Amino acid sequence: MGPSGSGTTAAAAGAWRPSPRELERRAARRRQGRRRLLLASLSTLVVLGALVAVVVTSPGWPRVRETFFSPYHARESFPAIVDGFWLNVKLFVLCQPAILVLGLLVALARGTHSPWMAPLRLLAVVFTDVLRGIPTLLLVLLLGFGMPALELQGLTNDRYVWAGVALVLSYSAYVAEVFRAGIESVHPSQIASARALGLGHVRTLRHVVVPQAVRRIVPPLLNDFVSLQKDTALVSAVGVFDAVFTAQDYGLYNFNFTPLVVVSAFFVVMTVPLARLTDWLQRRVVERERAGGVA
Amino acid sequence: MSAPDAGGESTRDREPVLRVRGLRKAYGERLVLDDVDLDVHAGDVVCLIGSSGSGKSTLLRCLDLLEPVDDGTIHLDGVEITDPAVDERAVRRRIGMVFQAYNLFPHLTVLENCTLAPRHAHGVRRREARDRALGLLERFGLAGHADQHPDRLSGGQQQRAAVVRALCTRPELLLLDEITAALDPELVGEVLDIVRDLAAGGTTMVLATHEMSFAREVATTVCFLEGGRILEQGPPARMFSDPTHERTRSFLKRVLAP
Repeated sequence: MGPSGSGTTAAAAGAWRPSPRELERRAARRRQGRRRLLLASLSTLVVLGALVAVVVTSPGWPRVRETFFSPYHARESFPAIVDGFWLNVKLFVLCQPAILVLGLLVALARGTHSPWMAPLRLLAVVFTDVLRGIPTLLLVLLLGFGMPALELQGLTNDRYVWAGVALVLSYSAYVAEVFRAGIESVHPSQIASARALGLGHVRTLRHVVVPQAVRRIVPPLLNDFVSLQKDTALVSAVGVFDAVFTAQDYGLYNFNFTPLVVVSAFFVVMTVPLARLTDWLQRRVVERERAGGVA
Repeated sequence: MSAPDAGGESTRDREPVLRVRGLRKAYGERLVLDDVDLDVHAGDVVCLIGSSGSGKSTLLRCLDLLEPVDDGTIHLDGVEITDPAVDERAVRRRIGMVFQAYNLFPHLTVLENCTLAPRHAHGVRRREARDRALGLLERFGLAGHADQHPDRLSGGQQQRAAVVRALCTRPELLLLDEITAALDPELVGEVLDIVRDLAAGGTTMVLATHEMSFAREVATTVCFLEGGRILEQGPPARMFSDPTHERTRSFLKRVLAP
């Protein structure tokens, strides 16, 4: 049974050098990697080329290019769109934390158990059912035009603000459900062991359940926030000069829709970094939790 | 220092089912397997013993290509499976593995757990996969639980089901990773009975275990691992009664003493 002790030199630990076979394998893996890269680039080129060819050879292309891809109108509308887009960005940056907080509160309210919290529970259920049920556009219109019409003392009449409130309400209802799913996915044994350590309900949530839940719901939350970034465009419905309203305004005035394409590019550019950031955060968490956990 | 002593039988000239040479595996700075050599012939039952952290599990995981190795080679039936050009899935289809924590799929019934791989990785027809699984479940006393979900079963039953799941693909080599370590003492026996049965039937196995008396009983070869090296290997009779290495002796004294 003994492998004839040949060749297996008991090299001192630390002085290890890859064997010729291992070097060969590494070279082979590098070759494989290069071949995969080449294939990936080639197939991408072919597919993209075909798509472009279909669009460019279509009969209406010259006119479409004129009305949607005019460099002149892109340049002309650019400064106004940048100004308008700033409003979208501000709206997103202000709404996002508000949504996270409100969404978490609603989710926690639904998860309460004590009897005197019953009204809060009921309110949370109604909140999610109603606000998730109303199309976001309608909510923006209702609040954007309705609230200023009430002429309430001490409240702003700015339609931009009310449109923001509408977004917060609508998205909080979504995010609350995401939070709730995350909280419910934490295994009961985790709650049991926190209880066994003597932690109360609130501390258990705060230190054990919510941190684990948040980790799991980062991808769906990101999904909702990308969606929110785009839905900031809905404020254009109540006549706020955001990027979309500015582009429409320009387009109708000049009979050219290039600014709409420009705005689309703006939105894409805004959402991509957030997606990459979340990927990176996720990976870091996974690596940290796995490190040292190897038996 | 690593020279594994010949077990007193050198008549086997046939190509071993599994031949490991100079295997090395590190997680970052930590060296987990260091220059491991191992031969497993058809019908062998190789028991890996050693304290936790000695590299038993990692060695098994490397053999099933679940972990990339840093150096060294593994040959399965004379073909190097550590070659980058080898299809890992094809290799794993020929090897069965059972884990310490059972790892049954909780969303499938026991029967579905057992027919999944035959049907979707081996192209066995539904009917045949079902018959094969039911036959094995019957043989190991689980026929009554075929339609239950794993979480309804006891630990011993779950682990037996996991062994059946591995057997359903008719592997040439079975890897068992401390399959009784998570079980209550009174459930260990029923799982070991299965392994005993398989060993008697000539199944080629490599198993990591803490059950010394069991290793002594079924093993054809016992390997003592420490610090990622196979310090000593040989037939159980000699390994347990007269180990050459001081470390082996002190390990055995520790685990056999209580």
